[in-house]
This record gives sequence, C-alpha cells and structure tokens, in this order.
Amino acid sequence: MKAVYLESVGVLGPGLPDWETARRVLDGELPHRAEVPRPDPPQLPPNERRRVPQLVRWALAVAHEALAGAERAAGEVAMVFSSSSGDGEIVHKLCEAVTSPEREVSPTMFHNSVHNAAPGYWSISTGSQQRSVALCGYDASFAVGLLEAVGFVLAEQVPVLLVACDLPFPEPLTPLRDIRLPFGVALLISPAPGNRAFARWRISLGAGVQPARFPRMLPPALATNPAAQALPLLAASRASTAQRVSIVYVGDRHMTVETSPCR
Amino acid sequence: MDLDGVALDTWIGRVGGVEEEQILARLAEFDCRNNRLAQLGLRQDGFDAAVALARAHYGPERIAVLVGTSTSGMENCERAYRQRDRESGALPGWFKERYSLNLFSVADFVQRYLELSGPAAAISTACSSSAKVFASAARMIDAGYADAAVVGGVDSLCLTTLYGFESLDLLSRRPCRPCDAARDGISIGEAAGFALLERPGRAQGGVALLGYGESSDAFHMSSPDPSGDGAYAAMQFALQRAGIAPSEVQYINMHGTGTPANDRIEDRAIFRLFGASVPCSSTKGWTGHTLGAAGIVEAIICALCLEARLIPGTLNLDRIDPAFASRVAAAPETRDLRYALSNSFGFGGSNCSLLLGRAA
Repeated sequence: MKAVYLESVGVLGPGLPDWETARRVLDGELPHRAEVPRPDPPQLPPNERRRVPQLVRWALAVAHEALAGAERAAGEVAMVFSSSSGDGEIVHKLCEAVTSPEREVSPTMFHNSVHNAAPGYWSISTGSQQRSVALCGYDASFAVGLLEAVGFVLAEQVPVLLVACDLPFPEPLTPLRDIRLPFGVALLISPAPGNRAFARWRISLGAGVQPARFPRMLPPALATNPAAQALPLLAASRASTAQRVSIVYVGDRHMTVETSPCR
Repeated sequence: MDLDGVALDTWIGRVGGVEEEQILARLAEFDCRNNRLAQLGLRQDGFDAAVALARAHYGPERIAVLVGTSTSGMENCERAYRQRDRESGALPGWFKERYSLNLFSVADFVQRYLELSGPAAAISTACSSSAKVFASAARMIDAGYADAAVVGGVDSLCLTTLYGFESLDLLSRRPCRPCDAARDGISIGEAAGFALLERPGRAQGGVALLGYGESSDAFHMSSPDPSGDGAYAAMQFALQRAGIAPSEVQYINMHGTGTPANDRIEDRAIFRLFGASVPCSSTKGWTGHTLGAAGIVEAIICALCLEARLIPGTLNLDRIDPAFASRVAAAPETRDLRYALSNSFGFGGSNCSLLLGRAA
C-alpha cells in the first residue's frame, strides 16, 4: 500500500485545547488538566452563528486548527467528516418535537440534523466548494473515516482534511451510548511529503482485534469517545522511530498504521 | 397519507411488505423499519446470491460495504420516545442505539447479512448519500483496499423527515410534479437499493460506472445555490473523469424533486452544460423522493434504461415550466443509449453526479 503524509493536526478535548498542548501532554511535558473547552461558532453572519449546533462547533474548531497548521487554504482540501452518533441534542429535540401533541419541528433544527452539517457549515463559512463526505462506523468511526480519507488521498491525489468528532448524549439518551467525554480531531493528510509533513503512514486492514494502548496520561473515560481512537496514533506519530499502531475497525477486524517520522 | 397517526396533508411512497418482513434470526437485534427495508432490498432480483458468488471469488474481506442513509433507524427512536416512562422520562429497555438509531446500523446489518468483512461505512450526506457511495466505492477499489463493493441506499419513512420537510414548507399536497409549471414540493418515499461494483473482467452486468463528480454549494444548509454552480461543477467533474463530452450524453436523470427552487436551478445548470439537446427527466413522480436512497434508486433506473434503450418520461407533468431551457422529456422515448448521467443534491449543499455507460 502506498504511503500518505500527515501534515498537521487539530485537537479539542478535555484538557486538550489545541494540538500544541495535546502534543506536550502526550510527550509528558505537561500534566493533563480536565477542563472542557467551549469552542466558538465559525465565522458566519450573526443570525447564522447562533444556530450552529455544538457538534459543528467542535468539528470546525479542529478543522480550522489543522488547516492553519498546514498553511493551506480551505479550497485546496476535500473533507471527510466522521462521527459515530452525531449531535445527540438535536436527535433528542427532534424526537421530543415529533412525539409532542403539536408536532412542531424547527426548520433550522431539521436542517442541522443532517450528518453532513459540519462539512456543510465548513463550506458555507469558508466559501470552499470542495468535495466532502460524512460517514459513520459506530465505535470504529475514527478508523472508518481514516480509511475513507486515505482512499481519497491515494485514489484522487488530493490533500484531505479528516475530521472526527463525538459528544456525549444528553438525557434521556445518555444510558444508550457510552461516550463519557467530548472529543474532536482533525488530520490533514496529503499524497506527497511536502515541507510540513511530519509522519508517513501506510495503512492496512487485518484480521482480529488488537486495540492500541490508550495514552496513560489521559483519562480512561476519554477512551470511550470513538474520535479519541486517534490519540494512540497521534502519540505514535510523534515518535522518533517507526511504530505500528492498531486501531479497532469494524466487525472483528483492525486497522494497522505503520508510522515513521519524516523530518 | 397512511402512516401510523400522521396527520399531514401530503402523499407518501410507502413500500409494501416492510411490516411483515422478518429479520433473519441471527440478526434479530437489528430489527427496525429501516433494516427490514434493507433486507427486503437485499432479497430482490437474486442480489444476495450474486454477492455470495462474488464472496467466493474475492474472499469476504475484499468486498466493501458502503450504504447511504439519512435517518437509519430514527423511526425506532421516535417509537421509543412515545414510550418514555411518565415519571423518570427514561426510554424503554428494548431500544438500542447501536442497532437502529446509529447510522452505521444499516451498513453493519448489510455487511453481516451478506457475510462480508471488508471495509464498511454508512455514508450520510442527506439526499446525495447513496450517490456518494459509488464515489467512495470507486476510491476504495482504486486505492487497493477492496476488489469489489456492495453499494446501497436505504431510507425509511419516519416522523422526523415528514414533519421536518413540512416545517420547511417543502411537502406537496399532491403527488409531486417535477418540472411542472405548477410544481409545489416533494412527496416523500422510502426505498432500499443495492448494486455490486467490480473491476472490469469478472463483472457480469452490461453497465459500468464511468465517472462521478462531487462538489459543495457553500451557500446554505437547506436551500440550493441559485447560481447552480455546485450542480454544474458536479456534472462537469463526472464528465471529465469519464472522459466524455457533454454532447455524448444521451439521458440525464435529474435530481428533480418537484420543489420550485431545485428544479429551476437544476434546469439552468443542465442547460449551461448540455444545451437544449440532451433529454432529461425526473423519475420521482413514480418513487417519491426517497432521500438517502434516491441516489442509488436513480442510478439503477439509469442502468435499466441504458439496457432497455429507454428514456423515461416525467410522471405527473402536465405543463413543462415555460421558464425551463433544457429539454425535459415529458413522455418516454425509445432510442439507442450509450451514456446516462444521474444527479443527486442534498442538504448542506452536497452534490454528486454519476456517469453510467453501457458496454458497446
């Protein structure tokens, strides 16, 4: 399998307000603190900004960080967005609305409920008419998104911004989905080793499940978030030697990422 | 309108036999309207048997499963909300997110039903979902992660989409009338559709996916860009990838939902790229708008039309909108067809066009 290159990263999670901090926490330079960030809505006209759902705010915050880190323009990169469970707040409000006697659904809530809301708002707020796709692979949503992104990069030879994001469900949905902490990550993956690339990845699927060890300096509750399955890979991609990382894939399969430093 | 307790003045396209469909015993936990519809689809036309042969040839781990859906088992979640505990507000114990509400549920179900173990994903980009699965499958095969792919689209009727489109004032009070001067909205339908994509060689079918084109409107979450630039770009990318000139295309299956804005903008984009010589029509008068399943339903219609050498007409069309410039086929026409294009546009400004061709 041909290699792809990791150019930049965006991260948002409890105690992980950006990639610079996350990098230092993963390297053991900084202790982990547990504050949950509150991302700002994207650059949109004021009446639009108020309507931007939480999951989209998280997704766009990490997407912007990765884009800036790669010194690229939004119009250059396709987007692959992956989330296991979408925006639980919206699911809850829609279900309450359609099962109430009035059955009145907010039109904004309805259009915000699409799984591709994040790529939609991304293109509207940046003006990018680039292609995007939105997908889901339940607990394996990060690996499913990564495979789609790598397939995209290899088949079409374009840089791809992979954004993976999941938030805890609100009541009464909370007991149905064990996602205890919010997390979002964005990876700018490119077909060629440009100046910014810091890791080279070769990705394959294999039999059996061999989950990678979750970084021990991070709270185990974060490991319940499907998007946080990126963290063992990011930790390994920081290493000065070649590493193999296993990520849980769909069914009884796993994804192997062979990562090696490229600067 | 004949759906449990729904009091909307609109028409729906409801698939018969979904309620009676029994989910395979080994997959019983996946039971919900959407997966019943998926199973009903998998059992049609010898599809599951054709996949079994491909599985024996390539191996189960070399066949991808990519299924488009916009709401998956949302209907099951709505049902659970109607049974919330009056005191605590808790949802009933039978409701499981993983096997119904979660978008991956339908892809998971299809993969297990067909006993496959390759790459899998649920693709959810609103009404372009099951057109996008073709693009994803082509990339997955190109990149070497699969030798073949089962692509599909499954969306079932639920309150959220019915009342959601009602809130946007997009539901017609009559069966939808795409391209008609008096068109006034969509009729929601439900559907499951599947196709097996393989590299040339072993593939049995006489129809090939020659190109796909994707773009984003970058305009609005639920209104199409009046300039039609996104729709135009998606069609143009599909032609470019296939290496086919606009004049070689002999039929365009429009997204053609029957809303005033969609059909007007799509007409202009088609005219800009193809002029007034290529016949185009919308088949949603027969199927309704099947949302996340619309892309594959219409790709399959295009494939059938290529084989039958038929340009379908546009059902419920009384008077073509006089403002339209492209050549709308009101009635069916018989002619030799080699290339056909199918359009799908979704909320979030997600556009996808597929170019299909018949072997000479």
